[in-house]
Amino acid sequence: MTTLLPKLRAMITVHYAEGLQYRAELILWILSNLLPFILMGVWMQAGLSGRFGSMTAVDFARYFFAAFIVRNLTLVWVVWDFEQDVVTGTLSHQLLHPIDPGWRYLARHLAERLTRLPFLAIFIVAFFLIYPTAIWTLSISQVLIAAAAIGMTFTMRYIVQYAFAMLAFWTERAHAIEQLWFLPYMFLSGMVAPLELYPQALRDVLPYTPFPYLIWFPVRVLLGDEVNLPLGFAVMTFWTIVAWTIYRLLWRAGLKRYSAMGA
Amino acid sequence: MQRYLTVMRLFWSTSLAAEMEYRTNFALAAVVSLGNMVGSVFALYLLFSTGYLPGGWKFEQAMLVLGFFTLMNAFANAVLRVNLSRIVQHVQDGTLDFILLKPIDSQFWLSTRNFSAWGLPNVAYGLIVLMWAGRALDLNVSQYAMAILPLVLGLIVLYSAWFTLGATSIWFVEVHNVTHVLHALLEAGRYPLTAYPVIYQFFFTFVVPVAFMTTVPAWVMMGEHAVTWVAGGAAFAFGAFVFSRIFWRFALRYYTSASS
Repeated sequence: MTTLLPKLRAMITVHYAEGLQYRAELILWILSNLLPFILMGVWMQAGLSGRFGSMTAVDFARYFFAAFIVRNLTLVWVVWDFEQDVVTGTLSHQLLHPIDPGWRYLARHLAERLTRLPFLAIFIVAFFLIYPTAIWTLSISQVLIAAAAIGMTFTMRYIVQYAFAMLAFWTERAHAIEQLWFLPYMFLSGMVAPLELYPQALRDVLPYTPFPYLIWFPVRVLLGDEVNLPLGFAVMTFWTIVAWTIYRLLWRAGLKRYSAMGA
Repeated sequence: MQRYLTVMRLFWSTSLAAEMEYRTNFALAAVVSLGNMVGSVFALYLLFSTGYLPGGWKFEQAMLVLGFFTLMNAFANAVLRVNLSRIVQHVQDGTLDFILLKPIDSQFWLSTRNFSAWGLPNVAYGLIVLMWAGRALDLNVSQYAMAILPLVLGLIVLYSAWFTLGATSIWFVEVHNVTHVLHALLEAGRYPLTAYPVIYQFFFTFVVPVAFMTTVPAWVMMGEHAVTWVAGGAAFAFGAFVFSRIFWRFALRYYTSASS
């Protein structure tokens, strides 16, 4: 552990410096996450009709803006990187390093997040300048809980996707299989509409699946709304451990199969 | 013209042959697209579930829009993404040199070289949704036929915008991601234009003309505003296409091969 942290820090620094070269690209990556703003328009207009219970246009605006922030902070693409490294054989070099290759991918993600932060801050300021009614405030403890929830969401998403990435040892297109995970991420996570509007039957089941914790849960925590925190963190921890176990099993089995490129 | 059609057929049959090496992936894509379709209908249902009618649209009418959105997405995935996102690669590697030397229009080559079968399941799903909504709304065959022209015009607009953005990679290699932004904005086509606030409506009509691809065909199908919108769409499509050609010629003057 004592040798791991300096190594991780060094890798993050390297990737951070690397990432800073591509600032224009980064803005475009942020812009390609505009879906919550599109949905915000639809639902704010819907909120004006007064047909959605207590949810008003401002509530919808806050919800989808928080969804935008959560989406940006929890973005994961490790399956693409890993698949690329397996297919091209680059993984072989990394296996020679005296550190698990997993740390390098994680460092790349964390460094990218750091480069993203200033741009995200600009977005936040701009949004509140345009739409000051939507400003909401949080206490210090709420901020800490929100940070923990978003961190946990990222961890869960990352490990689930890393488990999917292990399939690259068997197929050349692991990311195609990962698309299956994208479906519930899109439609059962509260991305397309706040979970409160879902049919009751779904709302009874979903809290025990990983999906609402990808968007809805961190969003509600970030907005300072009432949610079942113990249940949320427990379910997220459970699914993270499940994904971790699957990842370790696949990793061991996969490494035995792996024989670098072209075999 | 005849030559171009032959070449295009060859391009697409070789692309399909190459992709048939990954048959399981095709099956997987079909499943993912189906899940996407079901999810999209569900997302639309949520908007209507409490009796809210966005801009007076009924659920079945909004389903028409979703059907056209699915067709547009299929086109974007089968043709646009696999071709136009690669322009930057050719610029970066300098392989654009070879394309420019070929005795065929370079814009044509870059736009049609690849074809991805992964978009095809969506064509089927989109048509099924259109059939279902059309039956629920009692639409007849001639109304379906009328929707073809605005749909094609919408696709021309989309192609031209995408190609023009792709062409900017002659100058800025790092901004090729702008096509991802365009793709993200297309998501707005899932909902009827009237479901959006006025400022969004303006944006999605004149800045990123998603309206012409999904809402306008649905409108024309229902017999509303037909002539005005089709005329507007035709003018828009013609202008956008001509612009993309002029812009490509202009951009090529600045192309100086690899490593420059």
